[in-house]
Amino acid sequence: MTELAAPDLALADVPSRRRRHPLVGFVFRRIAAGIVTLFIVSILLFAGTNVLPGDVASAVLGRDSTPAGLAAIRKELNLNRPAPERYWNWLSGFVQGDLGSSVASQAVSGRPTPISGLIGDRIRNTAVLALCTVLLLVPLSIVFGVLSAMRAGRTADHAVTTISLGLISLPEFVTGTLLILLLAQWLGLLPGVSLIAIGDTVFTNPSILVLPVLTLLAASLAQTTRMVRAGMLEVLRSDYVEWARLCGHRERDVVFRYALRNALAPTVQVIALNVQWLVGGIIVTEYVFGYPGIGQALVQAVSARDVPYVLSVGMLIAIVYITLNVIADVLVVLLVPRLRTAQ
Amino acid sequence: MSTLAVRLRFARTGYGRFGLAGSLLLLALIAVGPLLAPHDPAAIVSIPLQRPSGQFPLGTDLLGRDVLSRVLWGGRSIVGLAVLATTIAYVVGAAIGLLAGYSRSVVDPLLMRAMDVLLAIPPLLFLLVLATGAGRTIPVLVLGVAIVHVPSIARIVRAATQEVSTRAYVEAAVARGERLPALLGREILPNVLGTVLADAGIRLTASILIIASVNFLGLGLQPPRADWALMISENRGGISLQPWVVAAPAFLIAFLTISVNLVADAIARSLGTSTDLKRVAR
Repeated sequence: MTELAAPDLALADVPSRRRRHPLVGFVFRRIAAGIVTLFIVSILLFAGTNVLPGDVASAVLGRDSTPAGLAAIRKELNLNRPAPERYWNWLSGFVQGDLGSSVASQAVSGRPTPISGLIGDRIRNTAVLALCTVLLLVPLSIVFGVLSAMRAGRTADHAVTTISLGLISLPEFVTGTLLILLLAQWLGLLPGVSLIAIGDTVFTNPSILVLPVLTLLAASLAQTTRMVRAGMLEVLRSDYVEWARLCGHRERDVVFRYALRNALAPTVQVIALNVQWLVGGIIVTEYVFGYPGIGQALVQAVSARDVPYVLSVGMLIAIVYITLNVIADVLVVLLVPRLRTAQ
Repeated sequence: MSTLAVRLRFARTGYGRFGLAGSLLLLALIAVGPLLAPHDPAAIVSIPLQRPSGQFPLGTDLLGRDVLSRVLWGGRSIVGLAVLATTIAYVVGAAIGLLAGYSRSVVDPLLMRAMDVLLAIPPLLFLLVLATGAGRTIPVLVLGVAIVHVPSIARIVRAATQEVSTRAYVEAAVARGERLPALLGREILPNVLGTVLADAGIRLTASILIIASVNFLGLGLQPPRADWALMISENRGGISLQPWVVAAPAFLIAFLTISVNLVADAIARSLGTSTDLKRVAR
């Protein structure tokens, strides 16, 4: 009887521990940490745009500011109120979907324009650009990375390694400018400026997407390819791959049936990191091509010192960035079981 | 490992040698360029957007200034500001990392959580917000780029410091009654320096990339300054009439970043570390 009692005890013990899968706890902790980070980032963004020297009102009016004009704008923006109160007003509005009003457009049209009305199309355009890039990035980086690892040390591998090392080092605006010079100016194949006429969408003339997507792909593809190659090489050197080879499997089978799956898990993290990197790359790329997305608008708003716009759009970008971070962390733990116990 | 050994080892690879030659060539060009410039970079010398000719080998820009002279002057800001920003980042990052790594009190988690928050903001967004709040000036740009690097440097220094601070010679120094600055500066810092500087080259490349990008966006240096990145963004409108006004600075920036990164990559490889450039840069 005593021999039977032990498994019984174990069974009684296990369900209570299993009621909450350890992964669920991890996911919740990660999301909670993300929300806390976002909250602190919101304070930093507000402080960065509002509290530092340089009053918003004088920034908006620039050189032609009059005392009366300054006072009017200060009143309009509630700049006379203390900073914590203004922060709270902005944040509570933001959470409810009120992004505030653009100051720069107010200077032009004379009345405050709600930011949420200005950015709808731009967010869609940026999403299209990002999606096209990622949809090409993922398969291409796996293909190039795996091929390069299979041919490690040979000409094809050297070509991939050298080209990617070069492309990684280039800032996006240089890649973009060189592509414009080559494909738009010299060969005349593609439009060098990505303008969208009023009433049209990106898809009216998809050729405007080609150069921005190529620019974004150049650096991110080089980066991911290098990482996929490194991951694949590591797996190809492992014992079980050697064993499969010794069993007489063809190299192609070894790569595709045994090695690839195990090499892909770390790749997910690399790709997630690169999608995050795209957040910065898109801002510059949109500006290079005059592509009417949210990044171009942000740069214009910074130039005009449109503080409410920079603050709200900056917060949106930070939300996307941190969400991607959380998703990447969770995905990697999902895909690499070893990491679950390490948490 | 002595610095000399590092230098010899990375220069043995083909990429490292190419990068070193390219970097030295460009640094020489940047250093003596202003002496060779045929015209004043700010002077309007001819009609705008002239194609290359005997008198103006690279043509003229949108305002009629000599492109060759502006190109010869325009590399200083990009390299100078990047070196300055990276240096400040190392000084501040090392100080924070040493303090956090050595202290076993609340100082450590406090400093490191602050670093985590900074890492959670996309670097370019951080610089854009800073430019909005504090203005588009050189000090803001340099400090902003330095702050972007500080969290990851502090993390590396902290980890290395934690390892070193348990060694006997540190304990001996504590027993001698040495004070904190001397302890950190004389006992610990020299022993973590190698680890810390291994990726200095990659951080320098990253600084060049960010500074050039911010200048291109018009949020750093302001016209009429001759700067490669600024030249590209100023003259984009004239690209169909006079491609050289944009092509010349674009080629030079490409040549610079590729050469410097090849050296950085070769050094990091020869030390057995590899930091990923884009993660540092953005």
